[in-house]
Amino acid sequence: MQTTLYAVMFYVAAAIFAGGLGLRVWQYAKTPVPLKIPTTPAPITQAGATFRVLREVVVFESLFKSNKWIWLFGWIFHIALALVLVRHLRYFTQPVWTPVALAQPLGIYAGFAMVGALFALWVRRVAISRMRYISDAFDHLILLLLLAIGATGLGMKFIAPTDIVALKGFFLGLMAFDWQPLPADPLLLSHLALVALLMVVFPFTKLLHAPGVFFSPSRNQADDARERRYAPRPLTSKA
Amino acid sequence: MERIEAQDLGESPLHPDPLEIPALAYGAMAKSKPYPASVAHQTALGFPGELVENWQEKAVAKLGELVRNNRALRFYLDGCVRCGACTDKCHYFLGTGDPNNMPVARQNLMRRVYRRYFTFSGRIAPSLVGAEDLTREVLDEWYTYFHQCSQCRRCSVYCPFGIDTAEISMAAREIMDTIGMGQKYCNEIIGKVFKIGNNLGLPPKALKATLAGLEEEIEEDTGVPVRLPLDEAGADILLVTPSADFFASPHMEGLIGYAKVLHESGVSWTFSSHASEAANFGMFIGSRENMQKVAQRIADAARDLKVKRIVFGECGHAWRVGYNFLDTLAGPFDFLDRRYPVPQHICEFTYDLIQQGTLRLDKSKNDHIRLTFHDSCNVARASRMGDMPGGQFEIPRAILRACCNHYYDMDPDTIREATLCCGGGGGLLTDELMDLRTKGASPRMKALREVADEHGVTHMAAICAICKAQFSKVLPKFGFDMEAIVSVHQMVSNAIVLTGSKQDEEANEADEEAGSVPAVAAQAETAEPAQAANAQEEA
Ligand code: SF4
Ligand code: SF4
Ligand code: SF4
Repeated sequence: MQTTLYAVMFYVAAAIFAGGLGLRVWQYAKTPVPLKIPTTPAPITQAGATFRVLREVVVFESLFKSNKWIWLFGWIFHIALALVLVRHLRYFTQPVWTPVALAQPLGIYAGFAMVGALFALWVRRVAISRMRYISDAFDHLILLLLLAIGATGLGMKFIAPTDIVALKGFFLGLMAFDWQPLPADPLLLSHLALVALLMVVFPFTKLLHAPGVFFSPSRNQADDARERRYAPRPLTSKA
Repeated sequence: MERIEAQDLGESPLHPDPLEIPALAYGAMAKSKPYPASVAHQTALGFPGELVENWQEKAVAKLGELVRNNRALRFYLDGCVRCGACTDKCHYFLGTGDPNNMPVARQNLMRRVYRRYFTFSGRIAPSLVGAEDLTREVLDEWYTYFHQCSQCRRCSVYCPFGIDTAEISMAAREIMDTIGMGQKYCNEIIGKVFKIGNNLGLPPKALKATLAGLEEEIEEDTGVPVRLPLDEAGADILLVTPSADFFASPHMEGLIGYAKVLHESGVSWTFSSHASEAANFGMFIGSRENMQKVAQRIADAARDLKVKRIVFGECGHAWRVGYNFLDTLAGPFDFLDRRYPVPQHICEFTYDLIQQGTLRLDKSKNDHIRLTFHDSCNVARASRMGDMPGGQFEIPRAILRACCNHYYDMDPDTIREATLCCGGGGGLLTDELMDLRTKGASPRMKALREVADEHGVTHMAAICAICKAQFSKVLPKFGFDMEAIVSVHQMVSNAIVLTGSKQDEEANEADEEAGSVPAVAAQAETAEPAQAANAQEEA
């Protein structure tokens, strides 16, 4: 019963996630950039500008300049999330890739770090009046959703372990279109449902910052307006 | 060091922190609005004279058009995560405490509408993602708060995605213009540029007379016939400068500085009456068409006068348009001498001459001044000077240091890329916004107070006509002299020793009298009192 339900759910979620995201990325890519607007001082070569974007993505350079607390919690959350995702690759690969295997213990610490950082971010959002003012309902809900995903995940690791061999079978089966039974633990089922929900909302919400950061003209443009004439393709029709 | 100096000055004052975060003051600036543009101002720019009947539909359609045609706008509206990093970065928020002056809150005014009409989540679950219909109240809020943004880009520096509220303000103003809800100050001025050629509405005849008057003044002071030519075809350089330079203090003293430098360089140059204005308020109102038309005048003037180079005077946003947009809007400039940057900033020009040792600068002529420098936002965060990133910070400082003995930077968190706007940029330099302008200037004024108390700083130099005009107005409100604001090239003008000038001769005589004493020291002793008085008069 839950196997069919969850299998269908994950196919749908994956389709919405990949399709929606692909559509949005395509949309960003085809939207013109009418003028040169890098925030200066900016690198004067395209390679430099690309490196600038990479620094933003990997170390959150601007955020570091801006506010050390947001930087700390935000950066820990994202790095931890990345490690946790790497850890989860073991459910989708057979045999498990060596780097993924090596990162397993790290993934556990990362799980705690992620939940802690999310909680800190949420406390900021609630406790600081400026943060409350700018937040809409979804800004709170998405943090709670991520927290719930983290908590159910950690719960399975430390409180009510699930049958991870069967779980792996389920996902490998999904990927091979050869469905295998999914264990019926409540923690696992909630964890998976929440993840599917996250995938579904991703392309329609602020989570778009993930692909979008690569498209930000104030960061990815080289400061070379006088060296190279900037003449982008003409604007699309006014209609 | 610093502490000792502070003690030397008597007491050690308690400084208010320029970046202190205020408590939220809900609705504090809800009543601050600029005057609306009249029918005539609107129609001159091709906008409807008054609010059109189907304004909501038209505004939403325009927003859609802008989003489809501008990746920055699209991503900035989508990508903000409400991290809050920008909330304390806007000088208008720091000065007013009005939460809608937090950059992200300002963006949200448009984001909510964008969400409602252009995103799936906003269509199906508006309350969840804070989406909102474009009602009359929302439109009025737009008019209020998108005219409390000087488009200074300070928020963009600190945003993890580089989200630039200036882009959003520009789009909002463009939308409001297209439904007939323009702002008087900007639109009236753009109209003047089209009709007369400059922001101040100074006709060619008056301009000619002003320049002749300045020539006389310089000759009286120096004995050198420095020229300020107008419309001289075949000159090497077309100098485009904000029209305030022809008009008011301290702008005019800066203009005299450009003229002296250009004279010493030996390169021929001219102003153009067709393009007697560097400013381009088309940018402030986010109107590509108007910005293009204003920029085109400069290209046309350069062609008509058959010049080889274009040099810009001291103006913040004009330099942004010149540096980053001019070639795109009005280029290509194949007809110019491509060995020189197109366009070039007057500071780059002067700096090169200083590097080459062509200019003779007597720093002691500015000994009555203890100086700091206000980085103008549009130069700092939206353009460059020289070959290196950050040249826009180093070059003006290098010029100032070459012109005076006492230079001190303000708090590092308030200069260079972190510079605080003067409070009057982005099309807000109008009297009815004086309250906003004063409050917006307060962070900068606090930073100035610090260096005034710690280092005895008496003057602040700027390279932006708007900054200079704004500071002249607000400095007295913070206990400073209105003449504490100076042009960068005013400092050059004070210090420069023109070849064959009275000052040149005096210096030579002094050299002979003093025999083996080094020239600079000798000048300081003998020529200073007369020169200081002279400079004071000019200021
Ligand atoms: S810093 Fe950028 S992402 Fe963060 S709230 Fe401000 S605009 Fe949004
Ligand atoms: S661009 Fe400047 S004035 Fe506008 S919101 Fe950002 S910091 Fe404030
Ligand atoms: S007027 Fe000057 S300080 Fe203010 S926005 Fe323009 S450049 Fe910046």
